Amino acid sequence: MIQASARSRCVTVTTTEEKPAVDVDDDVDLEFVEMIKKTGGPNIQNCYQCGTCSGSCPAGAFTNYLVRGIIRKALLGLKEEVISSPDLWFCTTCYACTDRCPQDVKPTDVIKAIRNVAVAEGYMLGPHQKVAAKVVEAAHAVPLDKESWQNLRVKVGLEPVPPNASGNPWAIDEIRKITKKSGFEKLIGYEEFMKAQKEKAKKKAEEKKSQKKE
Amino acid sequence: MAKKRPAFYHFLGCVIPHRYPSVEKATKLVFEDLGMDLLDMVGATCCPAPGVFGSFDRVTWASIAARNLTIAEQGGYPITTGCNGCFASLWDSNYELKHDEELRKAVNENLAEIGREFKGSIEVTHYVDALYNTAGLPKIRKRVTHPLKGVRMALHPGCHWMRPKLLKQKDESERPHIFRELCEVSGAEYVPYKDELICCGAGGAVRTADVKVSLEFTKQKFDSLADAGGADIIVTPCPFCLLQLDLGQVEIQKYFGEEYVFDVMHVTELLALAFGHSPEEFGLGTHLQYMQRKSQPNWERLGIKV
Repeated sequence: MIQASARSRCVTVTTTEEKPAVDVDDDVDLEFVEMIKKTGGPNIQNCYQCGTCSGSCPAGAFTNYLVRGIIRKALLGLKEEVISSPDLWFCTTCYACTDRCPQDVKPTDVIKAIRNVAVAEGYMLGPHQKVAAKVVEAAHAVPLDKESWQNLRVKVGLEPVPPNASGNPWAIDEIRKITKKSGFEKLIGYEEFMKAQKEKAKKKAEEKKSQKKE
Repeated sequence: MAKKRPAFYHFLGCVIPHRYPSVEKATKLVFEDLGMDLLDMVGATCCPAPGVFGSFDRVTWASIAARNLTIAEQGGYPITTGCNGCFASLWDSNYELKHDEELRKAVNENLAEIGREFKGSIEVTHYVDALYNTAGLPKIRKRVTHPLKGVRMALHPGCHWMRPKLLKQKDESERPHIFRELCEVSGAEYVPYKDELICCGAGGAVRTADVKVSLEFTKQKFDSLADAGGADIIVTPCPFCLLQLDLGQVEIQKYFGEEYVFDVMHVTELLALAFGHSPEEFGLGTHLQYMQRKSQPNWERLGIKV
């Protein structure tokens, strides 16, 4: 889980007395920018660091997420530092920065591209793995997974199951085929994740059973 | 000869049919009243969420979105959806696949596994487009039999219908007017507030990663609205924003101990009320805020007798 930094707990660290300087000579990966350009952020090198993006960013008001800083670090080739930071995941993709950027950097697309690189290198948050697995398993990120949701539909005068994949298992099969072929299942560790989920559920059921006996 | 009725493939997504079905029902009532047909998209899946799956793997995101597009391509009608997120995934992928040869090739290789191919032959619209452009405000105005006179209405247009503005060319995203004009047809009184245009906080996989951070956005919006004198309802064109603003009130109370009580509606629910449908007809009272708080919409403020 990412540590939320509420406004009151925000610590300003700016000088080298307060925090160590980033050593740019360390771990420079000059391929990183090319990866970002190829993965959906082709305009990253347009950036001249004006800071309009961060000035427009609602996430930046509540967290340590700094678009300008991430882009600068990426341009310097500080790949590991950029992709391993949980701050990367605080962008809500509202596109306020993209609409205001005077250099057409399309910062939101750049952030999404960097996230793609992060996931490919194994930096995926637990809750994100879970929601990704949901789509592979049920073809819906928010599935019709309880009878109460069906009852809610009936209550408003609709059929209990909508015509989407929830009532059409063949559609889920198609998604499985796509996600297998694209390598997505492997990328998110789908098989292992589902196995762990099943074992967890089994353990829980056993615990419940033994509690009943006692 | 009678003019042919406009028809759309109705892309439901996840949140509308699985959590806020009142929006699905209200939309059916409103589109029927306006003489527009909604066709089922049998076997459609998650769009999949643009800020979530687009952040994980762009090619898989575009492939699943393109599969949804091919369902509509087979029938030849445009898609309409009432979710900003679904709109973004379907519209963006449709656009990107038409302009990025490399992406199109990779996506069609994935789709070949299931005997499908992206052709790029249909358009993707939002309910806001279908209502504003296809039906048009004069026609909508004629259907309003129960104007919400005296109801103070704040708006939350959300992000992904109008942004990025240069790409989507929908509205001026710093000073949008289309969504406002559509909502004002209901007869409710528009209440401006400073943070109307900021994000609800749910998008980009942030709600999934850290619900508290996402609620900070929501709280900022509520406080900004309170500073503007408050409102009786908040109207949005997106069910994920609706969930964040509606259920989010219960979550804010749980995590931050602060109580906000706003009735939040999707724009098609607002229009259904203005068209004279009773709230029971589409289940306005089933919003998750009311289910969890065991409460009801403030009927008196809404000017509705129950």
